[in-house]
Amino acid sequence: MRELLLEIWTSIRKNKLRTFLTGFSVAWGIFMLVILLGSGNGLKNGVMSNFGNQAVNTIILQGGLTSTPYAGYDKWRHIELGNRDMELLHNEFPEVDQIAANVWLNEITISYGREYLTNTSIVGITPANVEMEGQVLLTGRFINETDLAQQRKVILLDKSASEVLFFGADPVGKAVKLNNISFTVIGVYDRIQKSYNSTCNIPLSTAQLIFKANSPYVDRIVFSVNEITTDQQMETFEKRLRNRLAAEHKFSPTDESALWIFNRMENYKDTMFIFNGISIFIWIIGLGTLLAGVVGVSNIMLVTVQERTFEFGIRKALGAKPSSVIRLILTESVLITAAFGYIGMVLGVFTMELVNKILSSMPTTGEHQFNMFLNPTLNLSVAVSATIVLVIAGLIAGYVPARRAAQLKTIDALRYNK
Amino acid sequence: MIFDKYFLFFTNIVYTFTLPNQNRGIAQRMIVLENINKTYYNGAPLHVLKGINLEIHRGELVSIMGASGSGKSTLLNILGILDDYDSGSYYLNGQLIRHLSETQAAAARNKMIGYIFQSFNLINYKNALENVALPLYYQGVSRRKRNAEALEYLDRLGLRDWAHHMPNEMSGGQKQRVAIARALINKPQIILADEPTGALDSVTSQEVMDLLRQVNNTGMTIVCVTHERSIAEQTDKIIHIKDGIISSTETLTL
Repeated sequence: MRELLLEIWTSIRKNKLRTFLTGFSVAWGIFMLVILLGSGNGLKNGVMSNFGNQAVNTIILQGGLTSTPYAGYDKWRHIELGNRDMELLHNEFPEVDQIAANVWLNEITISYGREYLTNTSIVGITPANVEMEGQVLLTGRFINETDLAQQRKVILLDKSASEVLFFGADPVGKAVKLNNISFTVIGVYDRIQKSYNSTCNIPLSTAQLIFKANSPYVDRIVFSVNEITTDQQMETFEKRLRNRLAAEHKFSPTDESALWIFNRMENYKDTMFIFNGISIFIWIIGLGTLLAGVVGVSNIMLVTVQERTFEFGIRKALGAKPSSVIRLILTESVLITAAFGYIGMVLGVFTMELVNKILSSMPTTGEHQFNMFLNPTLNLSVAVSATIVLVIAGLIAGYVPARRAAQLKTIDALRYNK
Repeated sequence: MIFDKYFLFFTNIVYTFTLPNQNRGIAQRMIVLENINKTYYNGAPLHVLKGINLEIHRGELVSIMGASGSGKSTLLNILGILDDYDSGSYYLNGQLIRHLSETQAAAARNKMIGYIFQSFNLINYKNALENVALPLYYQGVSRRKRNAEALEYLDRLGLRDWAHHMPNEMSGGQKQRVAIARALINKPQIILADEPTGALDSVTSQEVMDLLRQVNNTGMTIVCVTHERSIAEQTDKIIHIKDGIISSTETLTL
């Protein structure tokens, strides 16, 4: 084996251009594959990170209008969800984890001193809201259970409202007025997903007490679920939920418009579906690149063998057996593809790590932003198996012409290219 | 490799002791050709050799002469196991050479035959030493050992200082001497030279012929194809080939 390697080393050293061309097509194929798959991963990781804080397994319930008469009630009746429904969810559905509820208050003016904001949305919330809406605290604290239980007059401002009212000064502990009712600011938050409206939060119970004449209704219930992983489980759960709430609110269980159930899991899954599509697309292109590399290797092997047919003729005249000629070509082919494949892989991985490093060292503005590209790295085993595939392809690509050259009669080989 | 070695050894013994009476002396006769026929089928069939009968004894320096197309190169290729023949028998040192597979032929060439070609046929990316050592590579001799031996042969041919030069850095005569060293290194039974002086000027040609004579004086059997009368006249025997048969044989006395 050592003798064979020395023999090949002589041939490689003396035929640098040929070796380089073969190697380059291999290295380039692997390099492009690594870059391509790494970028695909980067895109996926980037967009996936935007789901980040937002619970992906949430369901939103919203009351609607009945579309059929049912149980003696006429159609076009409003279905209003309320605190009782939250208790019902909590007590009767073990899958339900955290429950948040919103009351939307419109046409309220927030003012502080001479500054004011008209027509802002004030939302009455429960503490579970934070996680499900993907809120990020900038200063102070979130609304907690005690605020809710004691119906405290506290308010969590959003970033834009805070800037308008306080010009960047710390608003925590200051009193703002909502339509002349004083509320204490407990904190400022920002959201991952931007909205044009300023939305400030107050405790749900306070909102119901002060602005809704203590009515127990809510506009929206958002809750997260555990232990639901498949579509079928989700469907069963939704059906059970709809039936139970239909019985509670006396509407037809088949009346879709009486109760709206929005499933964020669906949304998440749609996005995942798109990404799987992109992944498949990238893989197809990647395999195409790899195939181009394989074709390049085969081509060069073909030319190489043709070019060396005369040399093989000499070798055979001097006593080289066909098998030793094949062994010589194949070992050379495998060595070159493996070495250059490795180089291409290392360069590709290195490039992606460099991009990753530059991306992660880029200054962020301190706020959470929408990511397009994140952590564009590739599973090393994928790169390694791609290299192995190329080496095997080089082996096959080398074998066909090698066999032909080895089987050629020595006398014909000696006359070759003459 | 080892199998081939034993195979050849074994068949040698078998031939020496079991052949019929008329073939008893075959071991002294290095080459025996009996009614060799060869036809090429490239388009119209071309009957190149039409029943060649020939004996060459151990230690002879023989030349084969003939016009181009007479079949002399085909004959040499058959002698060198580079090509197969259609009918007849070819005994090389008592061993029947017939319808060998490429692998068997390669082993036989490696052990029994040394070639000298008109265009030298050196591998252009290997230096003189590596070219000379190549037949030993195919015998499985280690690099150090075969290089030492190659250097010894180059030294014997006066090319010690050129051992690490590439073929394209050498003159035609030097290249042919490298080729002769390569033909000798595996200690063959016969040396086959196909127009060994064809690409050389007259002075260098004479040097090469002198070298072949020196090699012959060590007991080596040499068959040399040439179309130059002056070259052929320096051998022991001239075999004239015309239209695929041996037309005459001249025995020369020096």
